[in-house]
Amino acid sequence: MALLQISEPGLSTAPHQHRLAVGIDLGTTNSLVATVRNGVAVVLHDENGRALLPSVVRYQPEQPPVVGYAAQQVQAHDPYNTVVSVKRFMGRVLHDIADAGSFPYRFVDAPGMVQLRTADGVKSPVEVSADILRALRERAEHSLGGELTGAVITVPAYFDDAQRQATKDAARLAGLEVLRLLNEPTAAAIAYGLDNAAEGIYAVYDLGGGTFDISILRLSQGVFEVLATNGDSALGGDDFDQRLFCWMLEQARFPDLTAQDNRLLLNHARFAKEALTEHPETRITAVLSSGFTIDLTLTAVQFNEMTATLVSKTLSPVRRALRDAGLSTKDVQGVVMVGGATRMPCIQSAVATLFGQTPLNNLDPDKVVALGAAMQANVLAGNRREDDDWLLLDVTPLSLGIETMGGLVEKIIPRNTTIPVARAQEFTTYKDGQTAMSIHVLQGERELVSDCRSLARFELRGIPSMVAGAARIRVALQVDADGLLSVSAQELQTGVSAAVTVRPSFGLHDDDVSRMLQDGFNHAKEDMTARALQEARVEAGRLLDATQSALDEDGERLLDMDEFSEIVASMRELAECVPGMDYALIQQMTERLNQVTQTFAARRMNMRVREALAGQSVNDLMS
Amino acid sequence: MLPDFKANHFALFGLPARFELDGAALDVAFRQLQAQVHPDRFAHLSEADKRASLQWSTRVNEAYQVLKSPLMRAAYLLQQQGIDALAPENTQLPAVFLMQQIEWREAIAGARKDADDVALQRVEAEMQTMARRLQADLANALDVRQDFVSAAQRVRELKFIDKIRAELDEAFVALDR
Repeated sequence: MALLQISEPGLSTAPHQHRLAVGIDLGTTNSLVATVRNGVAVVLHDENGRALLPSVVRYQPEQPPVVGYAAQQVQAHDPYNTVVSVKRFMGRVLHDIADAGSFPYRFVDAPGMVQLRTADGVKSPVEVSADILRALRERAEHSLGGELTGAVITVPAYFDDAQRQATKDAARLAGLEVLRLLNEPTAAAIAYGLDNAAEGIYAVYDLGGGTFDISILRLSQGVFEVLATNGDSALGGDDFDQRLFCWMLEQARFPDLTAQDNRLLLNHARFAKEALTEHPETRITAVLSSGFTIDLTLTAVQFNEMTATLVSKTLSPVRRALRDAGLSTKDVQGVVMVGGATRMPCIQSAVATLFGQTPLNNLDPDKVVALGAAMQANVLAGNRREDDDWLLLDVTPLSLGIETMGGLVEKIIPRNTTIPVARAQEFTTYKDGQTAMSIHVLQGERELVSDCRSLARFELRGIPSMVAGAARIRVALQVDADGLLSVSAQELQTGVSAAVTVRPSFGLHDDDVSRMLQDGFNHAKEDMTARALQEARVEAGRLLDATQSALDEDGERLLDMDEFSEIVASMRELAECVPGMDYALIQQMTERLNQVTQTFAARRMNMRVREALAGQSVNDLMS
Repeated sequence: MLPDFKANHFALFGLPARFELDGAALDVAFRQLQAQVHPDRFAHLSEADKRASLQWSTRVNEAYQVLKSPLMRAAYLLQQQGIDALAPENTQLPAVFLMQQIEWREAIAGARKDADDVALQRVEAEMQTMARRLQADLANALDVRQDFVSAAQRVRELKFIDKIRAELDEAFVALDR
């Protein structure tokens, strides 16, 4: 009690003031922001009433970045400058990204973290994420009518230190005060557990757009205790799209694909995957930039076959987490499903089979993480109420260690240790008269240094000259409640010490952050012409995508060959002028495409009406 | 009132300093303590508050880890008696025990080669039986007889089982791939 009483003045200065705090789910595919309003967690919508913000950012020269739906709509037309799934690159160097060749981006192989070359210059994944976070911050401040006190940002439980640090840097760049980095499955467990007054052992299976986590928790009298976590920070719904995309390439022997075609086909892969959630089969039709038409039929059975290895790649971590927790599937009371990708029937049935029970789907898998983060943010900001008497105890997902002789890693903090945690280990010199020692901190489960992720490397100098083995060097690792690591080393006889925060080797330097903050400020001074061009492009992008989906749905049955090619030609003309700077030309071509599709639109409407009438007459007969 | 930061692990949780432990009481005390000191309770307060909370919460976690594990708990009790059971110079183990652990290692390697999940589970069960027997011995040596020399021996044997368990875990993971 003593510590709480000491902190009482901080609480009592403004006892009735509600601090504005939000929870942000910074997802691979979509991001959300939520808050607690009148004691209830709610997702904040944009001005059009939409909860999701696609995690897509488009960069154009000398213009503010376009974030969300507007960027998503043009991604197939401007794939180089429209960044999707940036979360996959956070804290990663180019050689970490196994499938780099399948992305349309112009990667720049920078030390510490990969960068992307766009029309608006080279961007770090941290900057791109910051642009997404800034859009969410603006949404929240607009919606809540005031400045935010702070935010809880969620990260995959299986994110390593570099990825966590990059996320925190991005939030800082976006002008957010980070109250906590919170693991996504844990956030989901809060939302589920508090809503259902759940008690017992629960598993959270979280398959997002680009990451997979499994967490095993014990819920007991308001304490959410993570017992074990496991996962794959490079496995998600995107990989299912990619598998489908490869299948499409195998089926139809395409001419050379442009970057635009790749993005278009990936989008179609995603639509097809989503369609198969509801239907036993789906048809994929698309027109490539060369005019080449794709028309394929895909059944759920085929889809399940081609993605079976991906599904089983999620089950091994589940078994490992259970094993680490010392539990079996029979001990698990319920399995909470999180992430849009868990809607796939193949995932639902694989999880049901493994656990021998129907998974819990009563919360929206897209929103549950943001809602849990909002609840946590509310409490962390100091709005805790009498009935908010709950506590979270999380773990570090990966073991932390130090390099020893022979390129081996000595583990100091094993995975699944409850955080915050500090551990120290003593090392000694191995040569007579050795006055410096290099300390190399690693994260991972393997024995060899080369198989683990290097987090920091620093030197302890000024060790007095002694015989080999006489010096005693104590290396201490501390992991805080955000799961972030700091390291210090000390020679015990002389007191010579060195400390590092892990940030400089993987995150951004403070100079970088201030430069980027300045850039962001300059962006605010956009001029009217730029805005007009911007709007014209968005409008063009919207029309192109709408036309494409109309063609996909009804083109074959409602248009003859000439009509079809006239529309496709007009689409191509518009698509070609969109990246240019001539906004009048874009508007003109937009108008033209609108005209050539008029008849098509009329026919589509007629058909809808007919179908509706047909449906009604059936109903009439039945009543 | 909170116990002193430097209190021994048992005193921190208000438990008697014995090997035989009420696990449920430990869990309850741990959670009550974390509810008071965890950084989540101090996120909106000053840097100093946050730092103190971080130190305390770390301390509570450390004590809990030690008391929860039979091996670490026993080593900790011996340490209170001035005995470092796991010091590098204390490595002698009885021949029978060494034979047993060689058999286990061979069985694990063989099961891994043959992808024999059942054989691994058998080794695991044998190791658990042995671990339980060692824990019963420890309870007797530490709590009843105060025979710290034989307790230190049991701790070393338990530590060996712990190491082999890591190999077993690796084998299970390898078979799951």
